[in-house]
Amino acid sequence: MKKDIILAGVGGQGILSIAAVIGYTALEQGMFLKQSEVHGMSQRGGDVMSNLRISDNEIASDLIPFGKADLIIAVEPLESLRYLPYLSKQGWLISSSTPFNNIPNYPDIREVLDAIREIPQHLLLDTETMAKEAGSVKAANIVILGASAPFLGMEFGLLEDAIRFIFNKKGDRVVDLNLRALNAGKEFADLHQHN
Amino acid sequence: MALQRLFYMPKLLLLGDEAIAQGALDAGLSGIYAYPGTPSTEITEYVQKSKYARANGIHSQWSTNEKTAMEAALGMSYAGKRAMVCMKHVGLNVAADPFVNSAITGANGGLIVVAADDPSMHSSQNEQDSRFFGKFALIPILEPSSQQEAYDMVHYGFDLSEKYLVPVLLRITTRMAHSRAGVVRREVRNQNEAHLPSDLRQFVLLPAIARRRYKHLLNNYPHFGTESEESPFNEYIDSHHRSKGIIVCGLAYNYLMENYPEGKVPYPVLRIGQYPLPRNLVEKMADECDEILVVEDGYPMVEELLKGYLGVGLKIRGRLDGTIPRDGELNPNIMAVALGLEDTYGLPVPSLMVGRPPMLCSGCPHIDSYGALNEALSILPKGRVFSDIGCYTLGALHPYEAINSCVDMGASITMAKGAADAGLVPAVAVIGDSTFTHSGMTGLLDAVIEKSPITVLILDNATTAMTGGQESAAMGRLEDICKGLGVEEEHIRVIRPLKKNHEEFVSILEEELAYQGVSVIIPRRECIVAIDKRMRDKFKNTKTVAS
Repeated sequence: MKKDIILAGVGGQGILSIAAVIGYTALEQGMFLKQSEVHGMSQRGGDVMSNLRISDNEIASDLIPFGKADLIIAVEPLESLRYLPYLSKQGWLISSSTPFNNIPNYPDIREVLDAIREIPQHLLLDTETMAKEAGSVKAANIVILGASAPFLGMEFGLLEDAIRFIFNKKGDRVVDLNLRALNAGKEFADLHQHN
Repeated sequence: MALQRLFYMPKLLLLGDEAIAQGALDAGLSGIYAYPGTPSTEITEYVQKSKYARANGIHSQWSTNEKTAMEAALGMSYAGKRAMVCMKHVGLNVAADPFVNSAITGANGGLIVVAADDPSMHSSQNEQDSRFFGKFALIPILEPSSQQEAYDMVHYGFDLSEKYLVPVLLRITTRMAHSRAGVVRREVRNQNEAHLPSDLRQFVLLPAIARRRYKHLLNNYPHFGTESEESPFNEYIDSHHRSKGIIVCGLAYNYLMENYPEGKVPYPVLRIGQYPLPRNLVEKMADECDEILVVEDGYPMVEELLKGYLGVGLKIRGRLDGTIPRDGELNPNIMAVALGLEDTYGLPVPSLMVGRPPMLCSGCPHIDSYGALNEALSILPKGRVFSDIGCYTLGALHPYEAINSCVDMGASITMAKGAADAGLVPAVAVIGDSTFTHSGMTGLLDAVIEKSPITVLILDNATTAMTGGQESAAMGRLEDICKGLGVEEEHIRVIRPLKKNHEEFVSILEEELAYQGVSVIIPRRECIVAIDKRMRDKFKNTKTVAS
């Protein structure tokens, strides 16, 4: 089994936390992993992208070839479209619908969301609302992770274990909030992935 | 770093940078010397955060620049202990003087220089290839294709360095430095005991001694070649289809194997991880194959060497003949096309897409500084602001469009001076505090000596921000340094760059721009990201309420 995942967003949106949860779960299952990212621009409001590859076998390239990504997981809608050249024909695009509008020429958000809706296999989530309902807008990245869960080829329970382990030091309230966020995302995906 | 603490199992999940740092700690490192530079910064940070390093007195404080780092490391090597120097590719330009001469003095304790190149210039001014520097200095070069190799090459590199008493260059690129994969550690060994070189004038490069030392290096060079021929990092994987042979250097090997998921490449492959090139293996491929494809994550160094200037003889394919794009980093698709395999595509990017370039953070002190500078200069023709390398380089972009140059560390001050010499008066330099202590001080001295009519803004945000907020050597020293260099005290002005001080700031600028001599203005306010980090570190051990 292999999963090639593009993680996309803007600096500060918690992409690396998503990678940490998936990565921890993969390693716990004894899988191979390679994760590549570009540092430096993330604090300056620039776009951030990470290649995350997990597999039963040794992985060669750190970079995912174009047209081979199984998933684009995006915490920002415009950023999800930036990496479409990576998405495979059977791939899924899972994105937040909340724009991060820090540039003067951000396109009309309706056009951005329409472009996402044109992709046959996509999930679009109002992560801001869902995260607030779970307890904090800062958990928006975990909501997206939850929505990606059915496509990761991993037991959901193991992802929850990873959340508990990774957020352990921040206390029970934070762990619970993130678990609620994760589950909210998953419920959305279970409901919507077959239309 | 968080990931490494989490995944402590028999295999560590480490960035290439972290693998090198862990490799150094396990191989008996006594000191790491560096100046922050993407993508090398994390190597030193890993050692700085290491409990083992602290417990064993391993030096890891940042140096003022790469030259002082290289020289200090050479000093540690002279004293018999193992040292590592880390820098980005352009940092090696700064360290070049001691670097090249360290090959001639030789090393005593093992000495490894790590150069982290940046093909595609993700965060650099160019994509120069550090392997040329290794070749120029006539020393062995190691280039890993995996995080495990990066780890292993440090131990191997120190041994190689101590065998021939020569520095060794370890060359990586961004995609190795900032990519995580599993690494298995090996047994930890002790640091060396301090011991001086057997010849106490070996490091004195007077011509008579230098000539002898140079001959010694030249005599060793063929032995470096033999080491390459026997190296575990150079591998010839033969095959029967010899219409072409493929030479892959470093990471290129991964992109090759990505295209053959079964693990079998139909052509002979020569995997290079150690230079000088292994002559025996290169000759074998040249004899047995009809043509050779050379794939390197950087300049076409090996390709050009094999092709020769006239390009006669065996056909060599690569960047120079367009088989691979001339510039930019490699990826699996470029490799596929070069191999004549099918290129793969996803979906096109929709036309509504726009760039999201990095910007100054909201609340950044540089925004206030540029606001005041633009206003003060508004009555003059544009084109007189020379800047430097740091977050403030983003002042070139909309909406500030405040600067006209950024060339190399420290160039702001010296270019302003040169432009003023040419009659462009007033000329303005904009430089950061850390960049100033890195390479701005000497240029300021030039200007002071000639009383150049330049206005220097030293943007003091009390950190080295762009690389992630490392300590700045300038902290608490700027005014004294400027006075010490001879800048007149009444022309050293300090201001806190805030909206409410805007008028005062513009006023100060107008006065100093009018002054026909050296002025230094220091807008001082801490970087807001650094403040945030400080606050978070401060409350790290308190249980935080979900926010």
